[in-house]
Amino acid sequence: MTDVLNPPSHTTVPAPGADLRASAMRPVLETPSWWWPAVAILGVIVVLGVVAWVYQVANGLGVSGYNDGAFWAIYEANLVAFIGVSYGGAVVSAILRLTHTEWRAPLTRIAEATALVTLPIGMAFIIPHLGNPSKLWELVWPPYWNLTSPILWDFFAVSTYLLATAVFFYLPLIPDAVIALDRLEDEPASTRVRVRKSLYRILVGRYASTPAERRRLNGAIGLIAIMIIPMAVSVHSVLSFAFASSSRAGYMETILPVYFVVAALYSGVALVVLTVAAARRLFHLEAYISSRHFVRLGFVMIAFGAAYLYLTFTEYLIDGYSGTTGAAAWVYQIVAGRYAIPFWIYFFAGGVIPLVIMAVRRWRTTTGVVVASTLVVLALWIKRLVIVIPPATEPLVNSPLKGSGVLAGNWGTYHFTWVPISITVAATAAIPLLLLVVFRFVPILPMAEMEEIDEAGHEANLEASV
Amino acid sequence: MSESDGHLATSEKASHEKVTIGRRGFLRAAAISGIGLGVMGVVAETVAAATQTSTTTPTGPTKQWCMIIDLRLCNGCKLCTTACQTAHYLHEDQTWMNVYTMQNAAGEDYFMPRPCMMCEDPACVPVCPVGANFRTPEGLVLVDQHKCIGTRICMNACPYDARYFNWTDPVPAPRQPFAQEPEWPVPQVKGTVGKCVDCAAMLPSGQLPECVVNCPMGVLYFGDLTSDVAVNGNGATVKISTFLAENDAIVFKEEYGTHPRVYYIPGHGQDLNNNASAS
Repeated sequence: MTDVLNPPSHTTVPAPGADLRASAMRPVLETPSWWWPAVAILGVIVVLGVVAWVYQVANGLGVSGYNDGAFWAIYEANLVAFIGVSYGGAVVSAILRLTHTEWRAPLTRIAEATALVTLPIGMAFIIPHLGNPSKLWELVWPPYWNLTSPILWDFFAVSTYLLATAVFFYLPLIPDAVIALDRLEDEPASTRVRVRKSLYRILVGRYASTPAERRRLNGAIGLIAIMIIPMAVSVHSVLSFAFASSSRAGYMETILPVYFVVAALYSGVALVVLTVAAARRLFHLEAYISSRHFVRLGFVMIAFGAAYLYLTFTEYLIDGYSGTTGAAAWVYQIVAGRYAIPFWIYFFAGGVIPLVIMAVRRWRTTTGVVVASTLVVLALWIKRLVIVIPPATEPLVNSPLKGSGVLAGNWGTYHFTWVPISITVAATAAIPLLLLVVFRFVPILPMAEMEEIDEAGHEANLEASV
Repeated sequence: MSESDGHLATSEKASHEKVTIGRRGFLRAAAISGIGLGVMGVVAETVAAATQTSTTTPTGPTKQWCMIIDLRLCNGCKLCTTACQTAHYLHEDQTWMNVYTMQNAAGEDYFMPRPCMMCEDPACVPVCPVGANFRTPEGLVLVDQHKCIGTRICMNACPYDARYFNWTDPVPAPRQPFAQEPEWPVPQVKGTVGKCVDCAAMLPSGQLPECVVNCPMGVLYFGDLTSDVAVNGNGATVKISTFLAENDAIVFKEEYGTHPRVYYIPGHGQDLNNNASAS
């Protein structure tokens, strides 16, 4: 672990920690040549998505491939998938913090920022999902609330989780803002420095970095870390209730909340791997984030991946084995019927291959983990489509005798069109876009946290040597 | 709302005579109940009250609407479907009153009309986040399309596939005898859910729902559980309790506990898929 937290460069620099601060502040103080072009391209993609949404509002959800035979499809899958990937922040920051896993330190800021940007993007999928978005205000206006509705509680749960995620991002930022303010003193005055100085002053508030305050702040961070875990669990559980409050095979499943939460954790860690890899490459953080980080994250990821594979197996086995027409037909359609191709793509790309990559020592490298994570993020999005679309296309009024047993009835079909695809691509582009903006203002490494762990490590070493 | 007002919506119907007979039969049924036509005001008031989330139960006796579908008589002509779509200005795939082709135990096709089941414990009502679905004191489950935000969770909850969304612009409708209200959702509102309303706005003036009036086979009976009388489009009047008991009537998907107010009279080995629940 010391090779990570005390990279060789530390020993060559007289003041310990100075190099860390420089690296963490570099994205804030310098604009790389690729920054503006990247922001421009991503921005155009996002604008095109907004145009597609306006087109949908003008012409109705029908232009997005929806029909009465497929009333829920891509937007609902995106809602689940994008809120799902925000779970990586909770895992890396909260769970690894509570288990005192020290190697997490350089990753926490990136993981929390990823959570903070993906969660609102996921929430935003409520808007294209709604048939009548002009009435969205009814969800925040109490006289309209119907407290027996799972969707209303989804809204409450996700909003609460967003608030907690923002606080969890903000609290560890306070001591870093103190360090950053200190550092900006040496910089020549410019608009850029002035804006950031006033931002950091707001973030710092009346925090004065005394040991007592430091202790209290750490206590608060610890408390939020504990609170955010049940909140994260509640978000995807309640999200699954919206599907489960139904008589449709595939939605009405007791396994659904667990299934949703594990999938979210799995894809969340995978996205953290991708953002950490990108940040390491783009902002030159190789001295702090090594291949060992990726391998460890890879292990955390496939632990969830194996659990998810197990849950998938359990669900399909039991429903397929049961004699009820609806459940058997649903499993048949997924495993061997019209949804077989996306399902088996998930099974190999999102289930088996990541496990194999992590199992083979030769492939267990940074590249290997990044490849596995890419597969996981994509495959889990496809898996969300396989969760959402089949039950929504199920015929509920059909004759068990008509047709060939499990294929009875007329299944509905969802038709992909350019509108939801454009909106989905825009939402995907919004993740790097917002992250690039966030790291223009916020130190990319949690300087205070890393230094604290560093000092604690030195003291432990001293004690050990005495 | 005079009778002639209500007539506007049905003036285009093919069989005018049938309409009159049906209405006369229905009026007789209403007279038997001892309530007469004066119930219109009560319906309007109580429906308005129900729309205002605070449900004030009416003091007097109310109608409890129900439908009886005699599967032995249905020949699958789908005139009920088209009559409904014409009256409510619906798209072709918005089959509020749908006729499914099913298969009986002998392998023969039979036909099953499926309106909204007007459940006593509807699955669609509690799931709506903004309370756009509600159940009137007369036992009608309706949608307030001015409130609906279009989450479609009610389409997920309904075990009967009885709900239809307005995915595109609705069919334009000329000026209607009734305001666009849950009882007469014409024209439909883009981006909201629509479904069979048992032609709720026409009931107070003693008119039968469009599907019932236009069924040439007399499959569909419409009636009131309070007065225990139902009537079909051909003018046949039945005492509901006796009719249901004598013909071994069943409800669709009884196991879901939704307590539908649509009763099916099965004929020849028809089990309505009741032995094969969805999950």
